[in-house]
Amino acid sequence: VTPSEGARGGTGRQLEMESVLALRGLVLLRDSVEWEGRSLLKALIKKAALGGEQVHILGCEVSEEEFRAGFDSSVNSRLVYYDLFRDPLNWAQTGEALPGGPLGALQAMCERTDPGPVTVALDSLSWLLLRLPCAALCQALCAMSRRHACRGGSLAAEQLCVLGLLHRELHGPGPMGALSSLAQTEVTLSGTAGQASAHILCRRPRQRPTLETLWFSVLPDLSLDLQGGPPLESQPHPDPHTPQVDPASHLTFNLHLSKREREAKDSLTLPFQFSSEKQQALLRPGPGPATSRIFYEPDTFDDLDPEDPDGDLDV
Amino acid sequence: VTKGKLTLLCDANTDGSFLVHHFLSFYLKANCKVCFVALIQSFSHYNIVGQKLGVSLTVARECGQLVFLEGLKSSVDVFFRAQAEPHPLQFLREANAENLQPLYEFVREALKPVDDGEAAWRCPVLLVDDLSVLLSLGMGAVAVLDFIHYCRATVCWERKGNIVALVHDSGDTEDEENNILLNGLSHQSHLILRAEGLATGFCRDVHGQLRILWRTPSQPTTQRDQSLTYQYKIQDKSVSFFAKGMSPAVL
Repeated sequence: VTPSEGARGGTGRQLEMESVLALRGLVLLRDSVEWEGRSLLKALIKKAALGGEQVHILGCEVSEEEFRAGFDSSVNSRLVYYDLFRDPLNWAQTGEALPGGPLGALQAMCERTDPGPVTVALDSLSWLLLRLPCAALCQALCAMSRRHACRGGSLAAEQLCVLGLLHRELHGPGPMGALSSLAQTEVTLSGTAGQASAHILCRRPRQRPTLETLWFSVLPDLSLDLQGGPPLESQPHPDPHTPQVDPASHLTFNLHLSKREREAKDSLTLPFQFSSEKQQALLRPGPGPATSRIFYEPDTFDDLDPEDPDGDLDV
Repeated sequence: VTKGKLTLLCDANTDGSFLVHHFLSFYLKANCKVCFVALIQSFSHYNIVGQKLGVSLTVARECGQLVFLEGLKSSVDVFFRAQAEPHPLQFLREANAENLQPLYEFVREALKPVDDGEAAWRCPVLLVDDLSVLLSLGMGAVAVLDFIHYCRATVCWERKGNIVALVHDSGDTEDEENNILLNGLSHQSHLILRAEGLATGFCRDVHGQLRILWRTPSQPTTQRDQSLTYQYKIQDKSVSFFAKGMSPAVL
């Protein structure tokens, strides 16, 4: 794997973006609670639609109205939307639900893609993975690319892009690993200090996998804005909403020193501080007795033997 | 009162029910029609706390503003009813209950707009206390997620109302079902309020810490600073909040 952090100049950056975002095959957009991926999904959909591709969307998690919000009418008219949000499990029994449940809807989507460049967006793959067996889902995804390849000829496999939104925290390593092995590209979303980043792992056939990191933001009109590198300020800004509070105000004890107290404090010499005055005092014998004396009164049981002072010890 | 939003309340190592009482009294005072699926405590418990916060649940229920499903009481009814009659807590009786459709139908019926020409209440609100107990009662995480999915489709999208639900976070990484429920709901929420116990343990003057996370699940935002943390102390009739480390007891 060749890691490369982007910190290069203008046009080089643009070309790099084009090559990295020329996503084909199965692309997993792995997001988290803090760094959501739906806005990036919508930005990629907009890019595909403006590039003249057919765009098919399987919407499970949000309403069609909410998903289409933010796209302008030229993009919206190119989107073919399959609504699995309103009644995915046919509880309402109105007959309006997509037949076959979630798996049927996915398979129906495969049938309806025409040959040519196609982008299929699954919002979200996590929703499908929680309700369908992993194997069935993987088979449906493979079948989608195979059917597209059969119809369009040898180059057609290059023309299908399946964008799957996947919520990282919801699945264990087994299903995630299975989907990873099917995917040509994995985009992992995270960020620091308010700036989102995408770690893009690309596996191209007969080439080494490459790992790129892009710092980006999605603008309100759903276009992608790429930044050169990680945000320069590493310190968090003081929150402008909460006023700075001085913790030393309103205390029941005094933390401040008056001028006289401060002077007294500064002029104090500490007992173990070895200043030159102390050194002189030690070298010059003082007026008091130079040596000290010990006075001892032996009691009756003491046996003082000057030659062996420890003789009375029974050792 | 914002509309069409899902608010997730979550507690970890502490009791987050004060948030439920707050939202109940908030929405009743805001003149919204509330459907409260109360699975944890009895009606009188919520009523007593509600009175301290300034609302009377009895009055609200009588005038039709509040539809109250008292889980503790009506769960017993499930067993004494004829089996053919649908009951919102029917899953308690079935050995292999697959989904919570009867409960969803109850909510849908409760928050049906009244066609008497005059809009009596503001937006409909569904309040659930709490969802983790449904897992303990034998439903799978996906069944609970499906229930909330349908409630979102009806209450939030179709009727432009709000949903507030409490989920416990046991912190136990082995409780996969609860983690799936918690994370799955987090991804769908517009606001996550997370009450946590203090890392240093129990304290008399600071009961815990509240983390607030605003999310916009499908719109890009330019403002990314969307998370705040406060510490709180629960008092008899209110909760006081202060910035971290600034409790009056400490200064």
